[in-house]
Amino acid sequence: MRAMIIALAAAAIALPAAAEEKPVELKKAPGLDKVEGNCSGCHSLDYIVMNSPFPNAALWDAEVTKMIKAFGAPISDADAKVIADYLKQNYGS
Amino acid sequence: MITRRHLLEGAGAGAALAGLDIAAPQSALAAAAGLNLPPALPDGVRNSATLEALPGKKPLLKLSYRPPNYETPIEYFRTAITPNDAFFVRYHLANIPQVDAANWKLAVGGDGANGQAQFTLDEIKRMPAIEVVAVNQCSGNRRGLFQPHVPGVEWGYGAMGCARWKGVRLKDLLDKAGLKKEAIEVAFDGADSGVTDKTPDFIKSIPAWKAIEDTTLVAYEMNGAPLPHLNGFPARLIVPGWTGTYWMKHLTSIKPVTKPEGGFWMNPAYRIPLGKFPIVARFTSQETAVNTPITEIVVNSLITNPTDGANVRMGPLVVGGIAWDGGYGISTVEVSSDGGKTWAAATLGEDLGRFAFRTFRYDLAPKAPGKQTVMARATNKIGQSQTTELIHNPAGYHHNVVHRVTFNVA
Repeated sequence: MRAMIIALAAAAIALPAAAEEKPVELKKAPGLDKVEGNCSGCHSLDYIVMNSPFPNAALWDAEVTKMIKAFGAPISDADAKVIADYLKQNYGS
Repeated sequence: MITRRHLLEGAGAGAALAGLDIAAPQSALAAAAGLNLPPALPDGVRNSATLEALPGKKPLLKLSYRPPNYETPIEYFRTAITPNDAFFVRYHLANIPQVDAANWKLAVGGDGANGQAQFTLDEIKRMPAIEVVAVNQCSGNRRGLFQPHVPGVEWGYGAMGCARWKGVRLKDLLDKAGLKKEAIEVAFDGADSGVTDKTPDFIKSIPAWKAIEDTTLVAYEMNGAPLPHLNGFPARLIVPGWTGTYWMKHLTSIKPVTKPEGGFWMNPAYRIPLGKFPIVARFTSQETAVNTPITEIVVNSLITNPTDGANVRMGPLVVGGIAWDGGYGISTVEVSSDGGKTWAAATLGEDLGRFAFRTFRYDLAPKAPGKQTVMARATNKIGQSQTTELIHNPAGYHHNVVHRVTFNVA
């Protein structure tokens, strides 16, 4: 109960600033840490869920490349591969 | 401004809620089940969309939190004017500053201008005001209905709205700086930006001929009130007849140019294949051998009553909806209740101008219980009509396939 009250107080403090955005939970699978770490700085992760499950492997590769080349996302080659693999495995066709 | 700090706080709030045993994914699914989203949308968006209220807004269909992309539920399209607090929200970039109207300045200048000018909001409001009722529709409205699906914001029917915009003619602002005859385009920038400085800033241009049209405005009012923050406060560009990509929000600079504006958001973004669509208004300075910028809105209509899957009682039924186009004006809307074999003219509602939503109604009397389908097809004053088959294109623009609604008569 005490923990609940503390949690409630924390929520009450945090919510006004965060009312526009709730956490988006992606599928727990290898690579999720790289997806969260690299992608969520620029956009919420519902972009991934929204654009699924129709993309084939080539389309997910193209999307990751677009984020780096067109939008300037600072993602290492190694992380880009992990991210693309995660998307193909969990949000692909 | 949505910052990294907000993001972290958001995660903190989520953890706190989890402690309260409120299972967020489950409630989101429950909410989505009641949203009556089109079945043709990708499963992902059907599972993740929620009905949520941004500050100053009614609950809208949330497709993405950041940048915020929220569409208007169909129920709000039963009138020709869309309320400000239900008007859709669309951003490309996540840094969206709250602009202070007292300090805001709008700069006009560039190599296509003789001089420079700068305006405060008060100065703009003291200039002759113009009002125009016009539809602002996202280029990608209905992208989510594309088969096969294409990537992007997976909009259903509601990335659009119609408002009475009040402001000054863009031409009047350009005149203060002096538009050179060599100016071929006018480029616009707004206060929003990307999270990293490597993300291309959202800059758009329109042809000089479009910039000096009498209905192209810099607007500071929407339906008699200041622009909502999320619709471009304190001033935005209004380009009646053209898709929303050109309607720059939080406008900060107006730049007449003598060369075609480059940049990601002009090319490769917002392009349609050449020759596929019946477009009259061309943006020739930007055309390539294979594609061209999207320009005017294609003729379209939407049935707003009944809604898809609704249960209605046997007896008189009013089929209602709206029709619109790129500014030629709607001439007819026809309704079919036999799958498109025969069509009958609907009655058009009040004419709020050639750029506005035009309501229509058609009296139907379902004769038997069971499933029934109605379709609507609009035609404009230059004879353009809606398509029966999707004109597929890589970016998912210009979906104007005849709308079809199936309901149950009991």
